[in-house]
Amino acid sequence: MNDISPKLVAGRLVARAHWHPLEFLFWAAAFASIWLLPGKYLILTEIAWLGLFALSLDLILGYAGIVSLGHAAFFGFGAYCAALLAKHEIINEPVLALIVSGVAAMLLGFVTSFLVLRGSDLTRIMVTLGVALLLRELANRMGWLTGGADGLQGVEMKPILGLWRFDMFGHNGYVYCLIVLFLLFLLARRIVYSPFGLSLQAIKDNPLRASAVGINVNLRLVAIYTIAAGYAGIAGALLAQTSAFASLAVFDFERSADLLLVLIIGGTGYLYGGLIGALIFKILQDWLSHLTPQYWPFWIGLLLVVIVLVGRERIGSWTLPFRTLANRFDWRRKESFGGGQA
Amino acid sequence: MLRRQLLAGCAALAFGLAAAGGAAAQDVFKIGLILPMTGQQASTGKQIKAAVDLYMAQHGNTVAGKKIEVILKDDGAVPDNTKRLAQELIVNDKVNAIAGFGVTPAALAAAPLATEAKIPQIVMAAGTSIITERSPYIARTSFTLAQSSEIIADWAIKNGIKKVVTMVSDYAPGADAQKSFSDKFTAGGGTIAEAIKIPLANPDFAPFLQRAADAKPDAVFIFVPSGQGGTFMKQFVERGMDKSGIKIIGPGDVTDDDLLPNMGDQVIGTVTAHLYSADHDSAKNKAFVEAFKKANNFRPNFMAVGGYDGMHLIYEALKKAGGKTDGDSLIAAMKGMKWESPRGPMSIDPDTRDVIQNIYIRKVEKKNGELYNVEFATFENVKDPVKAAKK
Amino acid sequence: MLTILFDGIAYGMLLFVLACGLAVTLGLMNFVNLAHGAFAMAGGYVTVVTVNRYGVPFFAALLLAFFVSALLGLIMERTLYRRVYGKPHLDQVLFTIGLVFMAVTMVDYVMGSSQVFVQLPAWLQGQDVFFGVGIGRYRLLIIVICGLLTIALQLILSKTRFGSRLRAAVDDARVAGGLGINVNRVFAVTFAFGSGLAGLGGALGAEILGLDPIFPLKYMIYFLIVVTVGGTSSITGPFLASLLLGIGDVAGKYYVPTLGSFVIYTIMIVVLIWRPQGLFARGTAR
Repeated sequence: MNDISPKLVAGRLVARAHWHPLEFLFWAAAFASIWLLPGKYLILTEIAWLGLFALSLDLILGYAGIVSLGHAAFFGFGAYCAALLAKHEIINEPVLALIVSGVAAMLLGFVTSFLVLRGSDLTRIMVTLGVALLLRELANRMGWLTGGADGLQGVEMKPILGLWRFDMFGHNGYVYCLIVLFLLFLLARRIVYSPFGLSLQAIKDNPLRASAVGINVNLRLVAIYTIAAGYAGIAGALLAQTSAFASLAVFDFERSADLLLVLIIGGTGYLYGGLIGALIFKILQDWLSHLTPQYWPFWIGLLLVVIVLVGRERIGSWTLPFRTLANRFDWRRKESFGGGQA
Repeated sequence: MLRRQLLAGCAALAFGLAAAGGAAAQDVFKIGLILPMTGQQASTGKQIKAAVDLYMAQHGNTVAGKKIEVILKDDGAVPDNTKRLAQELIVNDKVNAIAGFGVTPAALAAAPLATEAKIPQIVMAAGTSIITERSPYIARTSFTLAQSSEIIADWAIKNGIKKVVTMVSDYAPGADAQKSFSDKFTAGGGTIAEAIKIPLANPDFAPFLQRAADAKPDAVFIFVPSGQGGTFMKQFVERGMDKSGIKIIGPGDVTDDDLLPNMGDQVIGTVTAHLYSADHDSAKNKAFVEAFKKANNFRPNFMAVGGYDGMHLIYEALKKAGGKTDGDSLIAAMKGMKWESPRGPMSIDPDTRDVIQNIYIRKVEKKNGELYNVEFATFENVKDPVKAAKK
Repeated sequence: MLTILFDGIAYGMLLFVLACGLAVTLGLMNFVNLAHGAFAMAGGYVTVVTVNRYGVPFFAALLLAFFVSALLGLIMERTLYRRVYGKPHLDQVLFTIGLVFMAVTMVDYVMGSSQVFVQLPAWLQGQDVFFGVGIGRYRLLIIVICGLLTIALQLILSKTRFGSRLRAAVDDARVAGGLGINVNRVFAVTFAFGSGLAGLGGALGAEILGLDPIFPLKYMIYFLIVVTVGGTSSITGPFLASLLLGIGDVAGKYYVPTLGSFVIYTIMIVVLIWRPQGLFARGTAR
């Protein structure tokens, strides 16, 4: 096994990109929730957009190593775009408005990406945070457009594709969010297993060496940051569309901080981390704040402290038995390994 | 095509389930209480929660054959949380009314849901005028900022104050307070030297106060949200503005009963107009304050009476509607309802569903070693002036 | 005009005392302690309780705030923080945010969620006017105390044996350890001292910034701004950065109230783009 031939490496990489049975299970369960959990659409909707938002952070943190504490900037920008488009009836069709909001957030991401190319983790944390806070202040100041600290009132959403109305029970909203999440997940999966995605991981591990083998580090960081911004913008737009509302809270520091927690709880660098983290975080938060509306942050805090003290890796290992079990049933994986060795 | 049918079928199923659930619980009346229990506005939430608990302890949890059940949710004063929680309460918990709402954006965010679900929304705290216009199912037991702002403008003119700098927090209630004060004050011959807006989340008032001081006014009109008044008063005194003869006037938020005992003697003499003082001289209020203090280790403030009266309104409306629990009957029962509250006499305006109440002019004084807002003049049955002006 | 400058300096000085402990821990152990504000809050509440309830004189309460926070810092460092030193920044951020959440809710539970104030002695209240410049007495006190502290800190760092050990450890902890410096002990002492300073800052700041349970969350961003703008390799960096931000913030809000809140963030972003290591960092050591 010592001689690592390019063929063997390529085989491994292809094998990694294959769909694992657990992934089918995950998405089957996600879509089954539409029929199985009719009373939970609202929180499921939140989990869906939060998951997408966390997925966006995973793209830059887990795959490119950019720490951000201001990702809410793009989330909020997308949210206000979608809400304003609907309010002023510029684009009535939600799907189109969603895409436009995503593109707008991408533009913002592209412009600000040049700020995060330099500096240490801490510098990046502070610059991203600063951008988010500036945008929040800007939205506050431009009250004539955004409604200022009162939030953007009077947004009315038109039916999705002209067919499905956002109903009170949140059913259509949830299905809509879930489909968007799934499609964007597929895209993200395609991106991270592409040569481009692999080059990003090389940059994350060692930027100097990556540039030495001919990877244009800055260009790729700009690209992934821009894409991630678009994802975050769409997540924000989903929030705005499903709640027909946008307020300054979309830019809050707490939102970016919570997002980081979500991603860390779920684990970085395998795309599902954000989704699983969002699921755990939201359910936990809902449950705790139901038990003790005044003091629930205490238990979240305790959980975080314990997670770090015990070690994230060890906590992540609870999935190990499932993974080995799943591997046993994974026929294609063995096949491709065989192909690689031959 | 198949997918579309599936979706439609599914929605119908969900709707059917929800409707069935709603019919099942007949003898329980559920109130979804949404308050900021954490974050910057947590003190508002605590006051209202304590008052609601007190009301239920005093009046029992059964009214007109219904068992009252309160479900408390924390929105952290973040409006999109409010909206989701309200929706969950309505859809999953099948609440018969939603209540609470610590800040204006939260109340506004929930308004469309009250309309859609046709259930009463009782606003216990938020004070912007427009709130009650956003849904025919909203009734308010707190106040509108314009009520006290106009009254204090009146008082200022009569007491020889000619030139005022206004300082308000930069959000809807602040804008309301600023506008109604300025309109009344300039109409009475006063001048506004400068109108300053303070960011809602603001660590240091110093630069704004300095700006106000430089304009050399007779008085500063101030509105900051409940909980921030203390810092403002401290810095006002620290700047020596009280010594240079500049008075503080404004709605009573700045000398909040909750914070007043801690503010120190330098605030003595501050004159404000407000709906409630813990010192209000009536048997009803004395009993209320005593019971409140016994159950909690703090003094009730105007948020607490908002919560207390909100519960009262729901209880009485249930009695008057004779056991009917649908939103239309309840709102109809609430319109025009009159009662004696710890704050004094109050009623619900049958036209606007907004609160009509006495506004008192008060001065901070020391009584039995503690600071209180002592009422010395009363303006009776004040309606919301913003809505009155629209007619 | 000068009054605004004076207010700005006082505000900046206060920020400095609150944040300098954070600068040291970040520079020394490369540890991101977002819970720094919790120690400041502890100091603030100690002062409020001792002065208001037990009638302890204000200055004695300030000292008490320093020692209680320092002791708290020492205990936390020995029991919890040191387990997290070796972990990545992300873990540290999570861990300390968790601590902040716990601190906020605990204080809320014990002290209630309303703002509290220290009852100051009468001679510290009010404002005197010298040559047309309004000087707030309390702000003057802050400037005096913080100024003395800065000089003391600078002397300790540059003249004492402990100071040289600390500087050595900041520059290169491994080599310092190799030279026989007990880096862990240096750090424990520094951490406790930094927490104590935060406590003192919290006690002094309660009057101006207001004190309530969400204090650590509200001001976390400000501390971080001071530290990143100033750089972590010296005391003068954060000191000058605090002054710059304090004066910038106050003057910005005074002269252009509509744009006031932008100033502090804009300063930060511009500085960080221009000099990612902080405005006053030496060279590009890290």
